[in-house]
Amino acid sequence: MRWFALPLALALVFLVLPVLAIFLDRPPGELLDALREPGALDALWLSLQTSVTALAIIVVVGTPAAYLLATRRFRGRALVITLIELPLVLPPAVAGIALLAAVGPSGILGGAIEDAGVRLTFETAGVVVALTFVASPYYLRQAQAAFGALDPSWLEASRTLGASPARTFARVAVPTATPGLMTGGALAFGRALGEFGATLMFAGSLAGITQTAPLAIYERFATDFEAALALSAVLVAVSAAILLSVKFVEGSALARG
Amino acid sequence: MLSLAVETELGDFGLDMELEVAPGECLALAGPSGAGKTSVLRIAAGLQRPRAGRVACGDRVWLDRANGVDLPPEQRRCGYVFQHYALFPHLSAWQNVGYGLPRRERRARAHELLERFGLAHRADAHPATLSGGERQRVALARALAVRPDALLLDEPLSALDARTRAAAGRELAAVLHEAGVPALLVTHDFQEAALLGDRVGVMDLGKVVQLGSASELAAEPASTFVADFTGAVVLIGTASAGEGGLTRVTLEGGGEVTSPEPASGPVAVTVFPWDITLAPPGTVDPGSARNHLDVEVVSVTAVGNRVRVGLAAPQPLTAELTEPAVERLHVHPGGRVVASWKATATRLLPLEANRS
Repeated sequence: MRWFALPLALALVFLVLPVLAIFLDRPPGELLDALREPGALDALWLSLQTSVTALAIIVVVGTPAAYLLATRRFRGRALVITLIELPLVLPPAVAGIALLAAVGPSGILGGAIEDAGVRLTFETAGVVVALTFVASPYYLRQAQAAFGALDPSWLEASRTLGASPARTFARVAVPTATPGLMTGGALAFGRALGEFGATLMFAGSLAGITQTAPLAIYERFATDFEAALALSAVLVAVSAAILLSVKFVEGSALARG
Repeated sequence: MLSLAVETELGDFGLDMELEVAPGECLALAGPSGAGKTSVLRIAAGLQRPRAGRVACGDRVWLDRANGVDLPPEQRRCGYVFQHYALFPHLSAWQNVGYGLPRRERRARAHELLERFGLAHRADAHPATLSGGERQRVALARALAVRPDALLLDEPLSALDARTRAAAGRELAAVLHEAGVPALLVTHDFQEAALLGDRVGVMDLGKVVQLGSASELAAEPASTFVADFTGAVVLIGTASAGEGGLTRVTLEGGGEVTSPEPASGPVAVTVFPWDITLAPPGTVDPGSARNHLDVEVVSVTAVGNRVRVGLAAPQPLTAELTEPAVERLHVHPGGRVVASWKATATRLLPLEANRS
């Protein structure tokens, strides 16, 4: 086994060193000063707002949808599952083009959306659409697995005790699947926070309106490397916090049995 | 009265049955796994839809395929005790019991039921920390809490260890009678069915092959399947007229037994393990037993306070003895003994009629 330690050490250094470098390249004081620049904080704030909004939409629509997929067998189910997982493997640039073609100003639904008085391109709402599009499969997949792992007799017991399907969903399925749902939510949130390509192509990069933190990093890295580093450091911290909270939820769920 | 008459497909055989259970009565359906027992319960509860049939409880029709009636489970008001109890893992014992109750009476009635089942001190415990017997009682209390019009129980004792099972079985029998509603129970264990059921239906491949009291089934099994299932030893042989009006049966593989029951031709000989006594080889049984077979001991297994001795005659048979008797006789695998039982404990079933 000793000879396997070397590849592991290599992998560890390769994966961790760049992340550490973000914090070590400049003294912490300079990083904090760079964050004081108003544009940087605006970008972070916008990232947080749009990611939270996208996550809320994903959870509200995705949870019942995943429940249906996990608990019912119907014709075309496998096809539906494959289709909703498609954005997982779509290159972000393709996702941006696809969104433009579908709901962009000259897209197939563009006219209808404009008639409804909604603008998506170069608007914050467009960012939310892009984030929801790329992040929702992460949640749907995880939620579907979580509901699928429930003992079906729990759901049946609930029904025989007088609970409707909706009440069974709310009182038994969601509480017992919570660890899996939280994991899915964290993955989707992490994906939304880091989204770059689809947002840039579909919503643009207008400071304060559609310029999320990853877009702000991209804009600054040639001109203001320090600010780009500082924003990156914040995103690393948030991502690490998400990962840790997922591990914690999974760990405590395991401990509870 | 719970009445059920349904037909449906189950894998490669059909379920076809008709039964009625009176209020306060417990009908136990017993049969090997895969006979379709659980499907009967699921159909009654509305968790599975049969191809055709009708299910009614009292004056309420739960299912009538011909007239398009199919109430969802939550409107049927039947208490269902699942095989592995299906307690909600995220709720405490009292919250499980109170799950189906309206908010205003939930807490009080749940605690009252737990108290009655001797579980007041476990009210706040989660299912993962409850013992098997405690889970079984919580599941029963949860099913009773909603004041069901009928009770459906799927192998209510099979998840318990042998020590808890006897006590839990007696308690369950008392609870079922007290509940005063029709109870339909399924089990793979004939002893359990005999203990809990006022009537027992033996099921095979989707059909009830014989219905009656447990003692009727044991005394007069309608087929070798029922005889085998009730726990009797079944030996195959050929019957012919013997002395004194008795029937003599020559067993396949050797040996001869007699029975007062008339028969001729190929027969299945059935005898209960507890009617068989053992004696050292060469000794003459002092009792009135007429049937003696020289046999080899194959296995010795303790079951509760009794010992089950597997024998080869050369057809397999089983004797059930007390522990002191086994020690006195030095019964051990590989040893030889004489197995004896009375002619009157020997039942004969003509074979053609039962080989279906």
